[in-house]
Amino acid sequence: MDFTFTEDQLLFREAIGRFLSTEASPENLRDIWSNEQAPIDNLLEQICAQGLSALSIPEANGGLGMGDIAWSLMTQELGYYAVVDQLADAAYVGAGLISALPNTVALKAEYLDKICEGKLRLAIGHECSPLVADAQLAGVLLMQHNNEVHIVSPDNVRITPNASIDTSRRLAQVDWQPSDKTCAASGEEGQIIWQETLNRGALSVAGQLLGLAQRMLDLSVEYSLQRKQFGKEIGSFQAVKHQLADVAGKIEIAKPVLYRAACSLENKHPLSDIHVSQARNFCNDAAALAARHSIQVHGAMGYTWEVDLQMYMKRSWALNNTWGDSTCHQARVQNYVLNTDVDLAPSKTFEVMS
Amino acid sequence: MELTFSKEQQNFRLEVREWLAANVPKQKLPTYDTKEGFELHRQWEKKLFDATLSMVMWPTKYGGRGCDLIDWLIFEEEYYGAGAPGRVNQNGQLLLGSTIMEFGTAEQKARFLPKMASSEDMWAQAWSEPNAGSDMANISSKAELHGDHYIINGQKTWSTRAIYADWAFGLFRSEAGSKRHHGLSFLLVPLDAEGVTIRPIKALDGEDAFAEIFFDNVKVPVENRIGDDGQGWHVAMATAGFERGLLLRSPARFQQPARRLVKLYRDNKAVADRDASIGAAVAKCWSDAEAYALSAYNTVGRVNNGEKIGAESSLNKIFWSELDLLIFQTAMDILGATGQLLRSAELAKEQAYWLDGFLFAQAGPIYAGTNEIQRNIVAERVLGLPKK
Repeated sequence: MDFTFTEDQLLFREAIGRFLSTEASPENLRDIWSNEQAPIDNLLEQICAQGLSALSIPEANGGLGMGDIAWSLMTQELGYYAVVDQLADAAYVGAGLISALPNTVALKAEYLDKICEGKLRLAIGHECSPLVADAQLAGVLLMQHNNEVHIVSPDNVRITPNASIDTSRRLAQVDWQPSDKTCAASGEEGQIIWQETLNRGALSVAGQLLGLAQRMLDLSVEYSLQRKQFGKEIGSFQAVKHQLADVAGKIEIAKPVLYRAACSLENKHPLSDIHVSQARNFCNDAAALAARHSIQVHGAMGYTWEVDLQMYMKRSWALNNTWGDSTCHQARVQNYVLNTDVDLAPSKTFEVMS
Repeated sequence: MELTFSKEQQNFRLEVREWLAANVPKQKLPTYDTKEGFELHRQWEKKLFDATLSMVMWPTKYGGRGCDLIDWLIFEEEYYGAGAPGRVNQNGQLLLGSTIMEFGTAEQKARFLPKMASSEDMWAQAWSEPNAGSDMANISSKAELHGDHYIINGQKTWSTRAIYADWAFGLFRSEAGSKRHHGLSFLLVPLDAEGVTIRPIKALDGEDAFAEIFFDNVKVPVENRIGDDGQGWHVAMATAGFERGLLLRSPARFQQPARRLVKLYRDNKAVADRDASIGAAVAKCWSDAEAYALSAYNTVGRVNNGEKIGAESSLNKIFWSELDLLIFQTAMDILGATGQLLRSAELAKEQAYWLDGFLFAQAGPIYAGTNEIQRNIVAERVLGLPKK
């Protein structure tokens, strides 16, 4: 029984954070945010040049073979710096999906190599959402049709962009036709792949939301130390202190829930669905309260385009319902607790169900 | 990261489970806030002690088993899971015990710890005073040093179960004219000493759950001081806040009522579902209790790796006290009109468990440092916001 991360995992996280603090600085993000047409390739290329796109590619395919546990630290950094969807969607969620495809899929190895080199932009169309992130820039679309996984070329689909409040997101409706030729996995195999992909996507978002919550808290603490009223920093007032302390509380309690979910997913625990949704609920909560209290602490400035808070806050609102709406994750946990006859004794927290 | 128990840990769990199955009283003991209930709980504690299960994480020479904190969490899961009696001496065992373990002399440890483990000595806290509640450094009870003893004078209050306890521990101002947290000493006072008067205070449930203690020229030998003269504040605060918070209310203490709440919901589903928010609240209670458990295992892992846990432990106290309110409020919502019934009422069945818990939950955000104080601590020491 050990909840801790290895030295390597922690150092890696620190290095990534340091790198993103310059490459994904608020100034750099603003370019992407201010212009819907602005290319995100620049940022992605910088990131891929650091080898980040190779993280979860199996070692046999030239990657680092990093698992969900290590990614639960990585995604927090991606959230903290509000890095665009494509990195986690390709290097983590997409890489996991493609790795799980049957080896008979002709393009599997090629795709993994390309992700590794940072040369493949991909989009995943899961039925949990009517919109597909990054469909416009994808070189390949991985689409769900019932339980089947389809690999679709952008040439054969109609893409209709839909602008998000998080203007760094590139969301689109995708009209496409499944065929035998596009089908890469079906039946039970496909079902397991989609189930795991939804969990991985949801967990990726959970980590990012937690990182976003921490960023909003840090920005608010900083602001409350600068801004003076009644001759004092507003951060010295209890009404402000308590709002920020409550955000810190939501963040702290969410961390172990996120880590347990990552551990379950990596080890294919039979309750992975529930553990992932629990993680999402706690991380959603943390980000939602961080956003609410942060804008309040920033006062009127919080309602402007000018302060950086707006980017992190809007991204948290958007991600809250990405890879499963918040209601869908609430419902999965609620259904497990209320509508099964499972024994919920205190001793069962880590017990593997047979 | 490896979230499974070792063979040894599983065996320990089974041993505790079997012992509890054979020994937990079938009939719920009367509340330990009554004379009769207090004595029955003392006997139960002795039984636990004889099985070396009262203080499993204490060293064997003081009556424990030398278990680590993971084993202790396992013990707690089994203990609460079995519906075993509340721990009547926990303020001594869990709060003072850690302090003596860290600051006591070898003689003091041998003298106080085994009898605390067996509950031959029952302990009450004597921190708060009429003018020193949230502002605890405002303590004014005095301890004057006269050679080999102190003479103490003053008043303490909100001292839980002091009318039945044998000893009290608390802070007294030993340096005349000292201010705030300077010049305080940490003293252990026998409650049968001459000059001690104890007046019960009826709690919300009508029982004498706590008391005022008056000290009128009470003689306390110097050997009863923990740490150096004038170092009392440091002694009281130093024992890792994390451990005190966690030991006081382990996750299983909330997981068990959350589990019962789920059962209450399932048994009254038709009624409860008339308000869809009830089901959501029940699921949240269970999920929050589990999150607190995950958080405890996570923190224990960090402690075992030598990390120091600081003021963030204040967050735990806020979390579990608010969770306790939610659990019992939700139960009240499900029970509806019968939720208010006292144990003595004709129609009261399981309800009394919920009403007792509901009443006690109201105290959670107040005792052990109000949640407002905990939020200040988090804001100032974790987030670095200014004190004034």
